[in-house]
Amino acid sequence: MPSSNDWINNPLGVVEEMFVQSNSNPEWEAKVLEYFKGKLKEKQAYSWIPSLNDVPLHYLKPNSLVKFRCLVQDMFDPEFYMGVYETIDPSTKAKVLRFGKYKDVTECGVDLNSRNTVTAERQTFYCVPIPGETLWAFLNHSHTYARSSQARVVPSTSYIPSRQKRSYEEDDEMDTQPQKQREPHTELHANGDSKRQETEAPSGQTTSPSNASSPLDLNFPLPGERGPACLVKVYEDLDSFKLNDMLEVYGILSVNPLLSVLCEEKDPSASLLDPTESMETPEEQRAHDPPASLVPRLHMLHARPLQHNNPLLGVGKLYRNMETRGSQRDVLPLGKFTLNLSGCPPNSSFTESLHQVIQELVPCTYRLSMTLHNMNSLRLVPRKDYVANRLVSGALQLARNTSLVLDETRLEQGQLDASGVQNITALGNLISWQKVDYDFNYHQMEFPCNINVFVTSEGRSLLPSDCQVPLQPQVTPPNLEEYLSTVHKAQLTSQINKFRVYLSVAQTLDYSISDEVTKAVEDDFVDMRKDDPQSVSAEDLHRMLVVARLLSLSLGQTSLSREGWMRAKHIDMLRRTRSQPQTTVNGNEP
Amino acid sequence: MSSPTSTPGGRKRNRNDIPATPGSIGSTSPPSQRRRGQDSSNADLPAMPTSPATDIASPTVHDTSLFSSPRRSVLPSEVDMSSPLMYGTPSSRVEGTPRSGANETVLFREECTSTVFDLQTVASEPSVGQKLVIWGTDVNVGTCKEKFQRFLQRFIDPTSNEDENAGLDLNEPLYMQKLEEISVVGEPVLNVNCGHVQSFDADLYRQLICYPQEVIPTFDMAVNELFFERFPDSILEHQIQVRPYNALKTRNMRSLNPEDIDQMITISGMVIRTSQLIPEMQEAFFQCQVCAFSTRVEVDRGRIAEPAVCRHCNTTHSLALIHNRSAFSDKQMIKVQESPDDMPAGQTPHTTVVYAHNDLVDKVQPGDRINITGIYRAVPMRENPRQSNVKSVYKTHIDAIHFRKTDEKRLHGLDEEADQKLFTEERVKTLKELAAKPDVYERLSSALAPSIYEHEDIKKGILLQLFGGTRKDFSQTGRGNFRAEVNILLCGDPGTSKSQLLQYVFNLVPRGQYTSGKGSSAVGLTAYVMKDPETKQLVLQTGALVLSDNGICCIDEFDKMSESTRSVLHEVMEQQTLSIAKAGIICQLNARTSVLAAANPVESQWNPKKTTIENIQLPHTLLSRFDLIFLMLDPQDEAYDRRLAHHLVSLYYQSEEQIEEELLDMAVLKDYIAYARTYINPRLNEEASQALIEAYVDMRKIGSGRGMVSAYPRQLESLIRLAEAHAKVRFSDKVETIDVEEAKRLHREALKQSATDPRTGFVDISILTTGMSATARKRKEEVAQALKKMIQSKGKTPAMKYQQLFDDLRGQSEAAITKDMFEEALRALADEDYLTVTGKTVRLL
Repeated sequence: MPSSNDWINNPLGVVEEMFVQSNSNPEWEAKVLEYFKGKLKEKQAYSWIPSLNDVPLHYLKPNSLVKFRCLVQDMFDPEFYMGVYETIDPSTKAKVLRFGKYKDVTECGVDLNSRNTVTAERQTFYCVPIPGETLWAFLNHSHTYARSSQARVVPSTSYIPSRQKRSYEEDDEMDTQPQKQREPHTELHANGDSKRQETEAPSGQTTSPSNASSPLDLNFPLPGERGPACLVKVYEDLDSFKLNDMLEVYGILSVNPLLSVLCEEKDPSASLLDPTESMETPEEQRAHDPPASLVPRLHMLHARPLQHNNPLLGVGKLYRNMETRGSQRDVLPLGKFTLNLSGCPPNSSFTESLHQVIQELVPCTYRLSMTLHNMNSLRLVPRKDYVANRLVSGALQLARNTSLVLDETRLEQGQLDASGVQNITALGNLISWQKVDYDFNYHQMEFPCNINVFVTSEGRSLLPSDCQVPLQPQVTPPNLEEYLSTVHKAQLTSQINKFRVYLSVAQTLDYSISDEVTKAVEDDFVDMRKDDPQSVSAEDLHRMLVVARLLSLSLGQTSLSREGWMRAKHIDMLRRTRSQPQTTVNGNEP
Repeated sequence: MSSPTSTPGGRKRNRNDIPATPGSIGSTSPPSQRRRGQDSSNADLPAMPTSPATDIASPTVHDTSLFSSPRRSVLPSEVDMSSPLMYGTPSSRVEGTPRSGANETVLFREECTSTVFDLQTVASEPSVGQKLVIWGTDVNVGTCKEKFQRFLQRFIDPTSNEDENAGLDLNEPLYMQKLEEISVVGEPVLNVNCGHVQSFDADLYRQLICYPQEVIPTFDMAVNELFFERFPDSILEHQIQVRPYNALKTRNMRSLNPEDIDQMITISGMVIRTSQLIPEMQEAFFQCQVCAFSTRVEVDRGRIAEPAVCRHCNTTHSLALIHNRSAFSDKQMIKVQESPDDMPAGQTPHTTVVYAHNDLVDKVQPGDRINITGIYRAVPMRENPRQSNVKSVYKTHIDAIHFRKTDEKRLHGLDEEADQKLFTEERVKTLKELAAKPDVYERLSSALAPSIYEHEDIKKGILLQLFGGTRKDFSQTGRGNFRAEVNILLCGDPGTSKSQLLQYVFNLVPRGQYTSGKGSSAVGLTAYVMKDPETKQLVLQTGALVLSDNGICCIDEFDKMSESTRSVLHEVMEQQTLSIAKAGIICQLNARTSVLAAANPVESQWNPKKTTIENIQLPHTLLSRFDLIFLMLDPQDEAYDRRLAHHLVSLYYQSEEQIEEELLDMAVLKDYIAYARTYINPRLNEEASQALIEAYVDMRKIGSGRGMVSAYPRQLESLIRLAEAHAKVRFSDKVETIDVEEAKRLHREALKQSATDPRTGFVDISILTTGMSATARKRKEEVAQALKKMIQSKGKTPAMKYQQLFDDLRGQSEAAITKDMFEEALRALADEDYLTVTGKTVRLL
């Protein structure tokens, strides 16, 4: 193996070397970080590293450098570990200094009384793949890797074929069953890992007593999601991470089977006298120390916060900080735009088809079918489970800029129970304030979010919305699905890719309004109020400003022009008179 | 106590061994050493300080009576009760408790109970001169004890306002009074405020924080000596335990780090889970199956060394553990979560495990907010005999010494302490600078909800509400507390950002609650009793009003609230309490909350021709409880529209720095309010009282000229509150004339908006207090009189047609008479017993 890739294949070796060289000078830690950061900056270095997202776990080499594109689903308590410790060889009594950073398990013969022990702190994040990631985004992410890696760091020869096989499978599936998340059983992977079939447990299951045979709940936000969950050990800048952050984590993969052994060694008879035993319930044990074969550990060396999840945009291109639609001014969320498309045909697959189109365009989306049953039984709001000491995820725990499609046409008459009412309230809060109140049992905690909501309904939606547009189809093809699939096939992939990139880029553009246009808008507003003060309120102005912003951005303009404003006004007028529906899909996207 | 065989007499002698003054410990070996030489089997003092860990394990140190306090009067018990940290925590003693430095604390054998110092841990270190210190620390037992006794005997805190000290003479040594209390009450626990220790002797405090394991037992010793000297005849259940609390190093759970291990800390948090009681073995009792010889083995670091051979009959493996003769102590695991107030946004709360021992078990319940003082511990994962690798993670927990509930007091009395946010000097300086500015009031009000446009007076009103008035206690004169909280009602057209204002306030204040009238029931607002499914215990669950005690309860869609729910507010808004009588629980909870409510007009649009009451259809009894009622109307004015449009447009392209600036403002505003609420208690000065009296008289005069009353005592109270709040804004301890002026102005503004009689255009307070303006009432009377006259003029007709009478009256009257007015007039006459109405006929009586 070329030594130049040691930092990928054997990162711990690199760390070890630096540790030994440092001669117990604590600067070695900074050096390590510097080194890996430098290596990752190298051209294409990002793409050489295998990704936990698309390479099955057992094809990855333990203790190698891997990356993981994920959402921080839960943050566990900080833990103290032996940063540096000393071991004694039982035969020679020779003492050796070792480091515990980036490792789960110590070497043999730890001298617990050594004066050289350094205790350090780290935190564990429970990370899941980005919820609602669309197929094209997923495939493009993995292709980026497959294209450039060329088996350079492939640990196993059998890996490439199986990788491709999987993508073919998925491509087929895409045609027949585009609803990726809805069909958990269709895809049986070559690896057949049991975790692949494990899905979000139904609500209430978490309180059931644990037994070894019940499948581990991997706690994905959306029902039917798959993929590896991962315990990411974070060493630096603990405060800079937030719940629901999208990260690309570069770290050392640890699947040490000892981990599972160590935590299963629970002898009930011994627990009487051991204080550590009573600290954790079995549920907590399972949630915090799942077997490493199911939930690998990842010791973070570097993390790249993701502003978007669009693989088609080059790495580093969008590094700058951006304020997208959901900037917040005190409590007022600005620029959110919830579209309610009313007049949708009930009991048809209209919303599904619509969602397929959205899926083709945005990297993350989810369709929530608001059936009475779903509303009453789904868990939308994440809830703290104090028994297992973890945050049980809910469908509203989504990454930023996820498009959420609420299918209200599925809602039928009937009674909402308490949880149903809570769910509806949560959706309403999400739409009105762009926040979700996580349930911590004794109190609620508000987490701001940034989710684009799109509601389809038969009449006016029961949820609040910023803008309601009645659907008035101009073409009514006899067979909608057939029609859509022909439309879909007519699009070239390269063309669609351009759309995708365009949408993501447009979302991140800066936007401003010149003084001149401000004046024009003011004049307009005053004039409109003059004619009929009842017709235009501050809220209407808010909406028109948002529409104007989205319109300008959709044209790639970073500042509002007079024409843009007039057009926004015009569109709003049209919408009001309901003589003509707005362009349906892109109305939600900038 | 691990050697039950030792006699009381022996102990008494030991007491005499204790040097009277610390000075006697010095060049001579301490008395304890001599004693050891007399009776120990292993008399040699090992060369110090080599490896304490092995020393601890040595079987020689069973002499527990050293240094121990007189035990004459102490009831014999198998397990000695003393400071909780010293027993029952094998966890705390596992070797190699990590500390990031090499400075490893020597741990005591917990079976030695509290008051025994293992001699071998006492070593003379040349660097400290001749003094003997506990190995690994700089604590000299004698000095430490003497210092603490001096502290107990001399410490006086004349400014103390803790309620624990209620009834004590503040000019006498505080803790000596507490000892006296112990001798009377018999509860052998002495709570010591670390803040007191620090102000008395900073060095002692430092030692207490850094080496609690060593210092607290020394304190125990000192207290017991002192106590039994003073009250030699007292009988206590066990020795007095010293429980320090309020270590000034009070921390947020988040800021705990490896440096805090083995130190004494105080953290605040909320209890989320408590475990069952865990019996923890202290001493195992073994009996030989062959000869019935029995022996006791003490638990060492969670392990029992089972004797392999019976000492009596030399049979091997004949000893069996007898459970019910072994000694156990109580232990409980408690999980504590960070309180939501001190968490950074966007992160999940941290949790910490706490162990409570003996009588601290079951002291707290899930849901309690507590301050815990204890020792922070870290324990390596258990070494597995079969595995040479260890998980490199430590388990951390806190061994609790003291619990202090912070929410308990909230239900009972003023809780100044929990509110007390610590401000850095720098911060206080900035706040004071801000307060010194002449336009501070305007500045703050414009910093309030900057995204909401104009409505300056409303913002000023809300600002005053945030500061609140001064609390006055008249309970001794029978009137109870005067409310200090200002209540505000916003009513007006939909879409005038009332809800946003409410949301902003809710986000600004630490103890705010936000509810919507539509969605809340009386129970959700007040409190309800519920059966805990697990424990079958009845639990009082508090609702929004109680939860926002000392805060602000924001109620949106106030008009949509059901009648029964609203009725709950009557008590809360004036008496500031909530009475509950449900499921056998009768209690009165404090709900000293300000109410900020928003209501929409009934007809969805404000009807300027109607009064406030008619527009929002709220009972006037409730309305009169609001200090300020503002109308938020769409002004429909061009200049306003222009400014509004400009404001809104600018929201959409403001640079990030500008936003940053305003966010900073919000933090400053928060601190400013918190500071003023805690430290500023303005009182009326002479001029201000005069000004208030004049204002009130003026208000009443204005009305009386037209036969109306425009002020009631409630309005005067409102004025006082507002003036006080305005003084608070200025950080002034005196309410001055300018405060009264502003209060008057604001009150007038609000009245002008809400209590203007649409028929006459005059301000008429009776609209709010009686639900009807004086002119309306006058007109009603006039109509009734006219009707009466008309009927009388008709002569003796016992019965009349309803419709005909109505038509006649309309024909006769100059003013238009509606059917409503006619019916009201009929009702008025019926009340006078002049006539009765039956169906369509009117009969005279």
